[in-house]
Amino acid sequence: MKLSNVPAALALAAALMLCAYSCKPKNTANAVSADAAQKTYVPPGKYDEFYDFVSGGFSGQMSVYGLPSGRLLRVIPVFSVDPQAGYGYSEESKPMLNTSHGFIPWDDLHHIEASQTNGEIDGRWVFGNGNNTPRIARIDLSTYNTAEILELPNSAGNHSSPFATENTEYIVAGTRFSVPPDNADGDVPIDSYKKNFLGTISFVSVDKNSGNMKIAFQLKIPGINLDLSHAGKGPSHGWFFFSCYNTEQAHTLLEVNASQRDKDFIMAINWKKAEEYLQQGKGVKQQVKYAHNVYDEKTQTATSTIETEVTVLDAMALPGIAYMMPCPKSPHGCDVDPTGEYIVGSGKLAALIPVLSFSKMMNAINNKKFDGTYENIPVLKYEDVLYGEVQKPGLGPLHTEFDGKGNAYTSFFISSEIVKWNIKDLKVLDRAPTYYSIGHLSIPGGDTKKPNAKYVIAYNKITKDRYLPTGPELAQSAQLYDISGDKMQLILDFPTIGEPHYAQAIEASLIKDKSKKFYDIMQNENTYAAKGEPNAKVVREGNKVHVYMTAIRSHLAPDNIEGVQVGDEVYFHVTNQEQDWDIPHGFAIKAASTAELLIMPGETRTLKWVPEKVGIYPFYCTDFCSALHQEMSGYIRISPKGSKVPLAFGTGDKAPGGKDTTTISK
Amino acid sequence: MKQNKLKPWIRSLTFLSALLLVLVLFFPIWKIELTAPQYPEGLALQIFAGKLGGDVEIINGLNHYIGMRTLHANDFIEFTILPYCIIFFAVLVFVTAISNRKSMLYFTTVLFVAFCIVAMFDFWRWEYNYGHNLNSEAPIRVPGMAYQPPLLGYKQLLNFGAFSIPDIGGWVFIAAAVLLVLCMSFQIIISKKEKKLL
Repeated sequence: MKLSNVPAALALAAALMLCAYSCKPKNTANAVSADAAQKTYVPPGKYDEFYDFVSGGFSGQMSVYGLPSGRLLRVIPVFSVDPQAGYGYSEESKPMLNTSHGFIPWDDLHHIEASQTNGEIDGRWVFGNGNNTPRIARIDLSTYNTAEILELPNSAGNHSSPFATENTEYIVAGTRFSVPPDNADGDVPIDSYKKNFLGTISFVSVDKNSGNMKIAFQLKIPGINLDLSHAGKGPSHGWFFFSCYNTEQAHTLLEVNASQRDKDFIMAINWKKAEEYLQQGKGVKQQVKYAHNVYDEKTQTATSTIETEVTVLDAMALPGIAYMMPCPKSPHGCDVDPTGEYIVGSGKLAALIPVLSFSKMMNAINNKKFDGTYENIPVLKYEDVLYGEVQKPGLGPLHTEFDGKGNAYTSFFISSEIVKWNIKDLKVLDRAPTYYSIGHLSIPGGDTKKPNAKYVIAYNKITKDRYLPTGPELAQSAQLYDISGDKMQLILDFPTIGEPHYAQAIEASLIKDKSKKFYDIMQNENTYAAKGEPNAKVVREGNKVHVYMTAIRSHLAPDNIEGVQVGDEVYFHVTNQEQDWDIPHGFAIKAASTAELLIMPGETRTLKWVPEKVGIYPFYCTDFCSALHQEMSGYIRISPKGSKVPLAFGTGDKAPGGKDTTTISK
Repeated sequence: MKQNKLKPWIRSLTFLSALLLVLVLFFPIWKIELTAPQYPEGLALQIFAGKLGGDVEIINGLNHYIGMRTLHANDFIEFTILPYCIIFFAVLVFVTAISNRKSMLYFTTVLFVAFCIVAMFDFWRWEYNYGHNLNSEAPIRVPGMAYQPPLLGYKQLLNFGAFSIPDIGGWVFIAAAVLLVLCMSFQIIISKKEKKLL
């Protein structure tokens, strides 16, 4: 090599290196386009266009975000206690978390469904599922309170839930974990799975006016794992579809043992047929125990009733209720397009997306073209129900949402992206990376007949470097994409509480105006309400001491209490007298083993407190309510058991030892 | 006798004035609008002929900080009398129109204007009493112990901006008064011209 060639060779090598670097895929910063800020900026004091109701996953709660800003508006306590609001601690709210297993202070909330009328979101309620101790919750969209929680018997792992039919006739709940039925002897060897374990699907009816939930019937199905589901709509109204995995019926090392079959199933359920059987009395009444918890807005108190009976229809014995459609490799998502014709199964381990056809399924059923049975349930042929497959869409498809313009958006966990494809020609149109490993995705109304496809939101499982680091534990991450054009455009990242799974974004205009500002104190029918300060009092009943306390800016009445003894059960019933927007009062007392109370205007909340030591205990308002909030406090004197200190209470001149002694009770 | 009669169009306007006065009974006459950083939506106190309206309870709740007495319609004898006064004047104006006499019109108008002045003075007196009789034990001691809302227009009171202005009923009332004064004025002018011609 000539010496003069060396610089040239070096230059060439440098050029090659640069080229190699430029060939490396661009990082995430490049994926955001210049007008993203403009599209997501909601100026101070302005409102977002959408409410986004996002499941809190293992937090057990439901969060409410504004879109497109990604601002957190509220966290609604649902299945987990919330010391901040006293949810699950106050006497009024404790019954909400009661189950047949007693008080359960936590659950795993995965999916959110909005109530629908004519296949469109009607903005009345949202529903959430408790995955761990099977439950369904209904949240009222005028108060943003959990209004009702219904436990599900014969169930474990309530995962394919709480999906709704097009007029919210039913909210459905299918078992991820098959178990022996509640009325059977559950003390069986685990390896007797195939013999003793069963799955169920609960059809929970929802009262049109009150929203009250009731288990209309349960379907007994084989002992397999139901993963997700969606109701049919339009022509397929009357049917429900469930993805099934572990059709191998493994009971250990499912990772391997439930991944053996090339195809599992999407189970089609004809619930109108089930209704017919129910009317014909083909259901079997089964003695079980499950809690039904209802929050009464008038008494502002939850009650828990243990129900004792459920009607079960055997989908393996009664023909025409269930059919199995083969679907590749452990399907996860099971999504029905807005026309109701296409059912998209997403095999977690498949390298394609199968699109099944409802009309082809009906043809095959009507012509009785079956390919044998699975546990007595007819199996259809894959070719007979398949509309087509999306080839090489990505790796690890999980869920699909729709834009109502003939396109589908599928999330891919392994290749960490959203892929947009056309339903008719099954061609991939666009793909956008997600950060990182997306699970669910959602388009406003994306699982209804009428999507409002302005955005798609990615709910991710891995966060890594998206935000400033906060130690090993990170918030989970969501991303907002503008999908109003042909190409998806990443416009925002926002952190979420717990782990977000499915979510429902609802146009703000549909619900914002019916949001309650406060409760009318004259309508407050709580047994222990003190309406007006003259009604504040302390009443002793044996070792129970009821304090009827009023809270108004900026004092509590009574704020001096004496004559209470160690071991007494003291109930602070605090009524917020305010009748104005955004004036909650809080209540906390030293050494309470529970939590605080947060009391909305016009509301009564009760904290039970059992003093264990003699002394003076201060209590105070915890929610900065006014300029004199720091003055809003009081004392309770705790005397030894059997003390002769008389019960006395009051505020100001009427406090014990004050000028006015008229209120000292005898 | 003829000289003492009203011009037909003036007589019609007098009837209209009577009708307007009846309407006053059904609408708020005056309002005091309050805004503060904490009340972006604003608060309003409305004064009807026979009652108080608007956010009375909320305003009462706030007034305790500075020791202002709470507002109750029962404390105001005016709310009992005022509706009768308005009815009385409506009838008087109506009778004036029926009577079709100039002298009657002049009498009624002067009496009515006098009533308006007395009413406004009374309103100011109440504002003064409420604004100056503050409880000395109240949590907040207002500088000078005076917190008087404006009679008309805008005034900043601590964190509250208060805007005092007639409400619908008040504007109707003013229209009735203006009509009467105009009727009287024109009638006087016309009568003078007619005298000259004679």
